[in-house]
Amino acid sequence: MTPRWKFWVITGLIFAVVGAAIYFPILRRRVKRAARLQQQSEEQARRELAQPIASNPSDPRVKTKLFWASDAMDSTLTAVVVELPLASDPVLRSKQVLNTLLAGPVDVELRTLPPDAVLLAFYLLPDGTGIADFSEALATSVPSGIASEQMAVDSIARTLEANVPQVQRLRILIHGQEVETLAGHLDLTGAFVVNTKPVPSTKPAVAAPSADKASAMAPATLTREKAPGKLAQPERKR
Amino acid sequence: MLLDVRNVIRMRTFFLASAGSLVLAGAVMVYSAQTPAQAPQTTPNAQSPAATAPQGGAPGQVASPFGAPAQRSGLNIVVLDPAHGGTDPGARGTGGIRESEIVLDLATQVRRALELEGFQVVQTRLGNENPSFDDRSATANAQRGAVFVTLHISSTGLQGTVRVYANSDLPAVTNSNGLIPWDRAQGPFLGLSKKFGDLVQGMLVQRFKGSPNTAQTAAVRQLRTTAAPAIAVEISSIVVEDRSELDRMAPGIADAVARGAAAFKPSYVVPSTPGALP
Repeated sequence: MTPRWKFWVITGLIFAVVGAAIYFPILRRRVKRAARLQQQSEEQARRELAQPIASNPSDPRVKTKLFWASDAMDSTLTAVVVELPLASDPVLRSKQVLNTLLAGPVDVELRTLPPDAVLLAFYLLPDGTGIADFSEALATSVPSGIASEQMAVDSIARTLEANVPQVQRLRILIHGQEVETLAGHLDLTGAFVVNTKPVPSTKPAVAAPSADKASAMAPATLTREKAPGKLAQPERKR
Repeated sequence: MLLDVRNVIRMRTFFLASAGSLVLAGAVMVYSAQTPAQAPQTTPNAQSPAATAPQGGAPGQVASPFGAPAQRSGLNIVVLDPAHGGTDPGARGTGGIRESEIVLDLATQVRRALELEGFQVVQTRLGNENPSFDDRSATANAQRGAVFVTLHISSTGLQGTVRVYANSDLPAVTNSNGLIPWDRAQGPFLGLSKKFGDLVQGMLVQRFKGSPNTAQTAAVRQLRTTAAPAIAVEISSIVVEDRSELDRMAPGIADAVARGAAAFKPSYVVPSTPGALP
């Protein structure tokens, strides 16, 4: 190879490297943006397919406590109060509050449940045991670890405790099946204590009723409660 | 059915209610060609009569594959469980770091610290394998006078903190036959586990600011079938730029676990009657 050829080859390589150094960060940003858009559209599609529980416009709007992660304290829950039209039927009501919990808080960092998890079914046994059947994403997408798995289960249990007094215990199924653990740590073979208080005979406190159909499913203003949540205790292991 | 248990030096019996079965957990003796006089006494507690006199009067020196001699009373064994392994890497961080690998290395350091405190250490895994929850519990349940420590790394939480967990409430054992139900083997040990956890957490909070002051309770599957004071130690978190951030925490964690176990030792008196509950 003549010196002239060497010069042109080296010059060409230098240009290629400089071009790549400029272009690759741009490409990476574009790929990330495309992935984010795809994730958002997937979540949108999932939510549309999941068919939110229809709320009756005549249902009273109730101050509903939802338990998400606290941004002030590590690995604790905070109650957020939302006004929602809730059914009086405990099964329907449980589905409504759990679907709202799954939809997540405004700040996605405070999620306790994976965005792609879906509540497939909810049953309430005569003895007060609620059985929540979630899609497989709850087990596969929740961050692995004792603390994160405990937070996920506890947010479900505490949300039910605050809003559906008929649910005394909670069992969690994944795609209709009993599983040994949520994501490798937290024991799901038993029931978690939700509410040890006797079921009240009167209806829960009701906010100003609203018959506005358009606003029935609209997200309400969120109000944060100060007290962090505490962890629910499992009651029984088979 | 006839069971040959001549080579078993520590036998504990459990009842598996769901299968209607008995579970016999025992450490198996391995005979050596040496006579008792020739055998080297290498274990820290070899001066104990129980350490050199195998139950059943079998001839020859015995050594347990669990690495611990027979024990009649008092805490002297720590069963260390590096979580996950094999096909289960556990939590995964940036740069491909795996919980299963880090906790295995951490276990080595914890083991050394415990041995310096005079404990014998048994590990549920020494390499990249993944024993089942029950197999790991069985390793602990075969011991007498042991505590169980399972090591984890979380995917979330405040970086540089460590949390200790004891199992949350289990119903009281109601079997009148004296057998320990395998599925609720942790039940009789909950109080001791919490006490052990509080001691270790107390040591950890001195080294890792932001950690809780006392042990938490959670329904940790691994702890439920363990018939010994048992805790889970979870480090936050796998989400680090560099693995060395976690490696730097290892000596402090090892020291805290060893000191916690040493502080717990006087409060744990193992019943001398086999099968008796604490």
